[in-house]
Amino acid sequence: MAALFTLNDVSKSFVRGSDTITIFDKLNMQIEAGDFVAIMGPSGSGKTTLLNMLGGVDGPTSGEIDFDGTRIDQLSENQLSRWRADNVGFIFQFYNLMPMLNAARNVELPLLLTSIKGKDRKARVDAALALVGLADRAKHSPNELSGGQQQRVAIARAIVSDPKLLLCDEPTGDLDRATADEILGILQSLNEKFGKTIVMVTHDPQAAKYAKRTLHLDKGAFVEEVAA
Amino acid sequence: MLNQIAAIIAMNVKSLPRRANMSVAAVAAIAAVVAVLLGFLAMANGLQQTISGSGSDDFAIILRANSSSELNSTLTKDQQDLIALAPGFARGPGGRPLVSRESYVIVDGIKKSSDTKANIPLRGMSPEGVALRSGVRVTEGRMFEAGLNELVVGAGVLREFAGFEMGKEIRFGRSVWRVVGVFEAPGSVFESELWADIKVVQGQFNRGASVQTMRAKLAVPGDISTPAAYIENEPRLNADIKTERTYFAGQSQGTQQLVTLGWALGIAMALGSLSGALNTMYASVQARTRDIATLRTLGFGGFATFVGTVVESLVLAAIGGLIGGVVAFLFLDGITASTLSGSFTQVVFAFDLSPQLLADSVVLALVIGAVGGIFPAWRASRLPLTAAFGR
Ligand SMILES: Nc1ncnc2c1ncn2[C@@H]1O[C@H](COP(=O)(O)OP(=O)(O)OP(=O)(O)O)[C@@H](O)[C@H]1O
Ligand SMILES: [Mg+2]
Repeated sequence: MAALFTLNDVSKSFVRGSDTITIFDKLNMQIEAGDFVAIMGPSGSGKTTLLNMLGGVDGPTSGEIDFDGTRIDQLSENQLSRWRADNVGFIFQFYNLMPMLNAARNVELPLLLTSIKGKDRKARVDAALALVGLADRAKHSPNELSGGQQQRVAIARAIVSDPKLLLCDEPTGDLDRATADEILGILQSLNEKFGKTIVMVTHDPQAAKYAKRTLHLDKGAFVEEVAA
Repeated sequence: MLNQIAAIIAMNVKSLPRRANMSVAAVAAIAAVVAVLLGFLAMANGLQQTISGSGSDDFAIILRANSSSELNSTLTKDQQDLIALAPGFARGPGGRPLVSRESYVIVDGIKKSSDTKANIPLRGMSPEGVALRSGVRVTEGRMFEAGLNELVVGAGVLREFAGFEMGKEIRFGRSVWRVVGVFEAPGSVFESELWADIKVVQGQFNRGASVQTMRAKLAVPGDISTPAAYIENEPRLNADIKTERTYFAGQSQGTQQLVTLGWALGIAMALGSLSGALNTMYASVQARTRDIATLRTLGFGGFATFVGTVVESLVLAAIGGLIGGVVAFLFLDGITASTLSGSFTQVVFAFDLSPQLLADSVVLALVIGAVGGIFPAWRASRLPLTAAFGR
């Protein structure tokens, strides 16, 4: 498989007052297209920071991040917005649905960044909601849905514009075991049936089992790599 | 791009009720600004309309040269007779020129509202004087009779002052007068006056044969050139002639100060309410930090976020402006009041809210909204996207 992501000597540090905290120092890694990677590690080890850099939400202090031939570390802020809209679906720990919009409207949001017209948009939204098993909840607003249902809406939103890459930051961190397993099952099938490349940060070893491989991050480096 | 902006605006506006508590303060502050501004402007507008609105092109007013108002004008008997001979005035039955000799004295009355003394103008006029004013209508009783101590009372005086009802006797100094009629002259200063026969006024107030002004009907409406040339070329005369319209327009200039005061106060208050709007919008951006960062993470642009926040602020301002306008309209439009005019007498007028004034105030509200929105919107568009992650 071809490498979707290639990280070359990626360093990341934060300046806080007079202190500079280095999270990553010359990190190198590759992620293949169609992979499902779980990233584990203690709190503060830089999991979210890594995910943010992969998603073009935060840039590296130095080094190269290549996505499918594009050096995303060199894109301008506007180009990054465009790139995220075209290539990345985000799934957050706390779902991050817009509280004033119903499920269908939430799922439709990424399509507003494309040239897809109203009717096709609706068809896509319906398909995405059906895929996560929430076809009958399209008109419900987030506060009328359970946590697991909200996360499914969020997954529908992440896949509606058909991006290659899904980035999930603790997608089951706020859910009970059974619900978490449902969500992870959906992610797994998106990876297996639809070929989505998934990078998932998690604290939960059970969750990591759904991934094809698990990377353990500690003190800014991968300490071991475990096959699922 | 338009899709994005429209979606963000819709979201922001839809979420306003969720943040009702903090929006209310800004809306109320802006409503107050608009209501106060409108109060002043409506007052100035009403006063201006009352003072200048009654001015007609049909009539001319003759004053001593360079007199700014009737009070400091005087015309001797000889001058009056010369003026009456001027060409260019309309003539009545028997070829007599339609002119009125008028004196203007100040008497005291008791205001109903405050139970305090205030000035009322008492105008002595020739019997022709009534016909030399447009829109005057006797609604009760009759006009005064020449030679008698009879008063006709303007409807405004009747409304605002005690003791001027039909048939009442009134004492001014040593003279006693009887109210024989009530007249209306809608929207004009005359409604704030008492009228009586010129000869009686001259006698009772020791004015001899002099008057303050003369009034005439013009043969050609709006054309004072003929009598003006006559007055100019007559060395015994030192007088100005103006159409009634021009004269009243000049008298209403003082109301401009009221307009200026209104705007000054309005803008000062606007600055105050601006801080309210800013706080509200900063708080709104704060409350929506995660939503904004999430949208930006999904790929929505900073500009769309900016516009969305400015529009939200404008919507709040428009609501405030509208509430202020409606409040001003319900409570102020058409209510009557009286105040001192340029010549230190009471002028009774109605607050008058025009659509133009409403529009002006709403524009002020929107300016508050725009300025109050721009800085928070800038912050919104610069929020770090990482705020979408974690709690
Ligand atoms: N914007 C920032 N400014 C300064 N320091 C930051 C910033 N973001 C992250 N850090 C620091 O970087 C380190 C890694 O943070 P990160 O959020 O990536 O950890 P994490 O592995 O996701 O932890 P958790 O499991 O608690 O989510 C932490 O020490 C954190 O305090
Ligand atoms: Mg984290």
